[in-house]
Formats: sequence, C-alpha cells, structure tokens
Amino acid sequence: MIPLSWYMALAVILFCIGVCGFLTRRNVIVMFLSIELMLNGVNLNLVALSHFLDSVRGQAFTFFIITVAAAEAAIGLGIAITLYRSRRSVHVDTINHLKG
Amino acid sequence: MFLQFFFGYCALMIVASGILAISLRNPVHCVLMVLVLFFHMAGLYLTLNAEFLAAVQIIVYAGAILVLYLFVLFLVSLREELHVDAFVPGAWLGRIIAAGLAVGMIAVIPAFSLGERGTWTIDAIRELTHTKALGQELYSTYLLPFEIAGLILLVALIGGLVLARREEGGGAIEGTSDAQPGSQPKEVGP
Repeated sequence: MIPLSWYMALAVILFCIGVCGFLTRRNVIVMFLSIELMLNGVNLNLVALSHFLDSVRGQAFTFFIITVAAAEAAIGLGIAITLYRSRRSVHVDTINHLKG
Repeated sequence: MFLQFFFGYCALMIVASGILAISLRNPVHCVLMVLVLFFHMAGLYLTLNAEFLAAVQIIVYAGAILVLYLFVLFLVSLREELHVDAFVPGAWLGRIIAAGLAVGMIAVIPAFSLGERGTWTIDAIRELTHTKALGQELYSTYLLPFEIAGLILLVALIGGLVLARREEGGGAIEGTSDAQPGSQPKEVGP
C-alpha cells in the first residue's frame, strides 16, 4: 500500500514545476501548458484524497477541473491565435513586444 | 511491492518529463513531454482505483487538449513565437519562488490528518464498478455543478467561435468605420 503522503508530495512537486514554468517561460503556449501541469497536480491530490477518504467527492471535482481545463485551453489558445494574427499584421508597431 | 515500484516509476517519469516540459526550447517537444506526463498520470490514477478517471485522463487530456495545443503550435509558426513579459525578473527568481513553495508545502504534509471517511469504500466501488459509482454520485449529488460545467463548456464553445471570427468581424467594423466618415461629409455637405 502506498502512503498518502507520497501522493501529496508528488502533487506538490508537480504543482511547483508548473509554477516554475509559468514564472520563467515567456512563450504563451508553454505558459498554458504550465497551467495544465498545475491543474494536474491538484487533480492528483484530489483523487488520492478521495481514495484514502473512501469518498468519490474528489473524483467528481476532478471531472469539473478537467472540464474547466478544457474550456481554459480552448479560450486561451483562441486568444493566442488572435494575438498572433494581430501581431503579425501590425508587427512593425509592436516589434518591441518580441525583444528579449 | 509491485505497487510501490510502479508508483516510483510513474513519479520519476512525471517529475522528469515535467521538468523537461518547462525547460525544452522547442514548444512541440514541450507538448510531447506533457503527453508522456499525462500517460503516467493515468497510471497513477490506476493505482488509486480510479480507472474511469484514468481513461478520461487519456481520452480528454492526451487526446483532445494536447491535440488542440499541437494544432495551435502548428498554426502559430515556430519562428516567431508568441512572447509576453515574464512575471518575475530573471529566471532564477522564478525557480527560487517555486522551490520555496515546494519546500514549504512538503514541510506541512506531515501535519496533515485525514478527516472523516465517506461511504464509498473500495469494496462498495468494486461491487458497483467505478464508472457506475461515479455516475451515480455525479448525476445525483453533483447535478447542479454538472449543469454548470456544461454551461462552462458552452461558453468556451461560443468564446472560441467569437475569437476565431474576430478578424473578419474586425475587418467589417473597420470597413463600416471607414465608410461612416466618408458618408458623414456627404450629409454635412448638402
């Protein structure tokens, strides 16, 4: 039997990898991916707790988190494409946005 | 013993592919690393007796969301990536913040104590099968959140459509705004 603290430690590490990626990367799409990593860390915590507490509440919440993650990915990537279009069309004016 | 080896393998792969996913230069490689991570996450869900969630993890996350990311990456050309300013100055400050957060949260884990147990023991779930147990709970106790989740998906669908149509709409608005100043002097002239 695997103790609960192992799952929680792994979830914390995964969440903090996501935080690190969100804070350090500047590519918008990799930032969205980091948010997915954070959500997955929370999901792992919820499923582990739901298993160890003999309840399916955490797993039901995991479903809703997956739903929200899908919606967030769709909207966020739509915004990214719109941003890309507008920058490509007027990239002479906003070329300072691309500097390092 | 096998379970612990399996957990160790999955944890190692999750941490390694997670770190690779946020440190690789090419965004396509990042997405593929996250794909590996999601598969091992599904393996961890299997060790927690959540086989339906493992299937959902692979179908929805790996099958739908990551494919969406890959499509966007191929639409947005890789040469000129979308960059925004980082939230913290310098990469090392971000790493230190994340490491401090991890150390702080892991330090408080031993102080955690389980609350009162629910009624869905492993035997009860095995008797009903996991999918049925989850469905019963989802469609009775969590009916209102379920409907709200459906509404959120609808909002995401409409939002995606609006965002995808914006360029044509924006062009039309610019066209009308160009036409209006042209029409106004005509009205003023006579």
